[in-house]
Amino acid sequence: MSARHLHDYWVAFRTIVTKEVLRFARIWVQTILPPVITTALYFIIFGGLIGERIGDMDGFRYMDFIVPGLIMLAVITNSYSNVVSSFFGSKFQRHIEEMLVSPIPNSVIILGFVFGGVARGLSVGVAVLLVSLFFSPLSIHNIGVMLVVVLLTSILFALGGLINGVFARTFDDIAIVPTFVLTPLTYLGGVFYSVSLLPEFWQGVSMLNPILYMVDGFRYGSLGSSDFPIMVSFAVIVAFIAVLYTAALILLNKGIGVRS
Amino acid sequence: MSPALEIRGLRKTYKNGFEALKGIDLEVAPGSFFALLGPNGAGKSTTIGIITSLINKTAGEVRVFGHDLDRDQQAVKRSIGLVPQEFNFNNFEPIGEIVVNQAGYYGIPRHEAWRRTEHYLRELGLWEKRKDMARTLSGGMKRRLMIARALVHEPKLLILDEPTAGVDIELRRSMWDFLRRINTDGRSIILTTHYLEEAESLCRNIAIIDDGQIVENTTMKQLLAKLETETMVLDLSEPVLQLPRDTDIPIRQIDELTLEADIQRGQHLNDLFRTLDQAGLKVQSMRNKANRLEELFLRMTRSEPEPSHLTPGAEGATEQPENPQ
Repeated sequence: MSARHLHDYWVAFRTIVTKEVLRFARIWVQTILPPVITTALYFIIFGGLIGERIGDMDGFRYMDFIVPGLIMLAVITNSYSNVVSSFFGSKFQRHIEEMLVSPIPNSVIILGFVFGGVARGLSVGVAVLLVSLFFSPLSIHNIGVMLVVVLLTSILFALGGLINGVFARTFDDIAIVPTFVLTPLTYLGGVFYSVSLLPEFWQGVSMLNPILYMVDGFRYGSLGSSDFPIMVSFAVIVAFIAVLYTAALILLNKGIGVRS
Repeated sequence: MSPALEIRGLRKTYKNGFEALKGIDLEVAPGSFFALLGPNGAGKSTTIGIITSLINKTAGEVRVFGHDLDRDQQAVKRSIGLVPQEFNFNNFEPIGEIVVNQAGYYGIPRHEAWRRTEHYLRELGLWEKRKDMARTLSGGMKRRLMIARALVHEPKLLILDEPTAGVDIELRRSMWDFLRRINTDGRSIILTTHYLEEAESLCRNIAIIDDGQIVENTTMKQLLAKLETETMVLDLSEPVLQLPRDTDIPIRQIDELTLEADIQRGQHLNDLFRTLDQAGLKVQSMRNKANRLEELFLRMTRSEPEPSHLTPGAEGATEQPENPQ
């Protein structure tokens, strides 16, 4: 690949990311504000009102325990929903054709959409973190682990949103996965409890849930407490990213959902 | 110099079994202003879709300025600008950004992209609206926006699929002038249109596609020379008292001030005027009764197109619903 090509691809990548960021920033009332309000309610109700009666969890105040999980919940759902709605919208209005007729490789299209989703996921994540400061002091055990886990998780779910967008034919199709798959997996992924509280059988079942490792890894970076070794969390996230990226690339190369 | 477009044995069969293209061959010379005509469903948009990589071909070869679509797709894409039939931009994006982003997809840095965007939006009378959302534009403005977007990476081949559908007459004429100008500057243009007057006025070369096959591929001049008969309408300055007799040219009276005359191939208008003159009839004005190309088109495609598609002002594009964000 020549330097000229690399330059062109970098410009194209920046163009897609900028376009995506401007898209969700223009409609911040729909994209940034709602998850912040929802998470603030979680803090007030679960952390404040109910959490006082629950007591400690893994040796931490319940409010402090749920903060990392709620940040991850916001990052996961927003990374996913940004890409799925943007990609499906571009198919629906057919402006995906602007990219398909241009010489951008599919890998750059994928990365552009994914990092647009990451930008929204992290923006909401930071907003939720700021809100959490009203309820719980900032706790950082290992900032590097926190940043890497949240970034990789955001990439992973942005890729998931892209694949959902590729297959989606109707608006129902972009709501089904977040509602019936993503939300249950996230709620059962240790956001509100430590997996060690579960009976042994359900602990085993929970270990099949990839979100568990992400929340646990982030919580380790924040509180220094985890149910699994941090390297296990990294390995799970990276493996899923590799699988989903490969799948997305194959789908776009074959033109599934975007070419006749 | 390589042809602007070279197609050999192009076939397309969709998943539902519909055979849209049955092995077409086509060649467009560089610098040409080329018309691709055909009734609805003939295969025009499929052909354009394949050339622009929006549709996967089943078989055949496509080369653009010598670049093979299979081996060097990126070079093919860089050579082509597409103005599609339907509006395909984000209605919720400012029009300046739509054009700048398109330049970005071709690797053009932002400052240069804005320079070119300003140039083409000014040329097409849209610069003052660069900050407006695309959904606020009129149909004609949306068409011009798509032309600016297609030109921003300065392609050597511009493909326009029904570019003036739904555009009023005045705007259509100004778009024709613009297209003639960029063609004169050396850009090759392929045009599909339902307005046959448009093809006759703009294009020097023409191909007619019907049922997935090319049924004619020639120069506009040679194609029009195939007409057997042309009907001329004559407006007279004085009422007709008696129709000319003993003439080889059939002449009919429509009303007291109007005649129609059928001129066969090989006959001359001079013969008609001589006959009328001898009968003491004074011709004030004359026009061709039918669009000449339209007659040929109907004959070659053996179909009667829907009237709305052959009349100015017919809508060829569909508004896209709003983007739920």
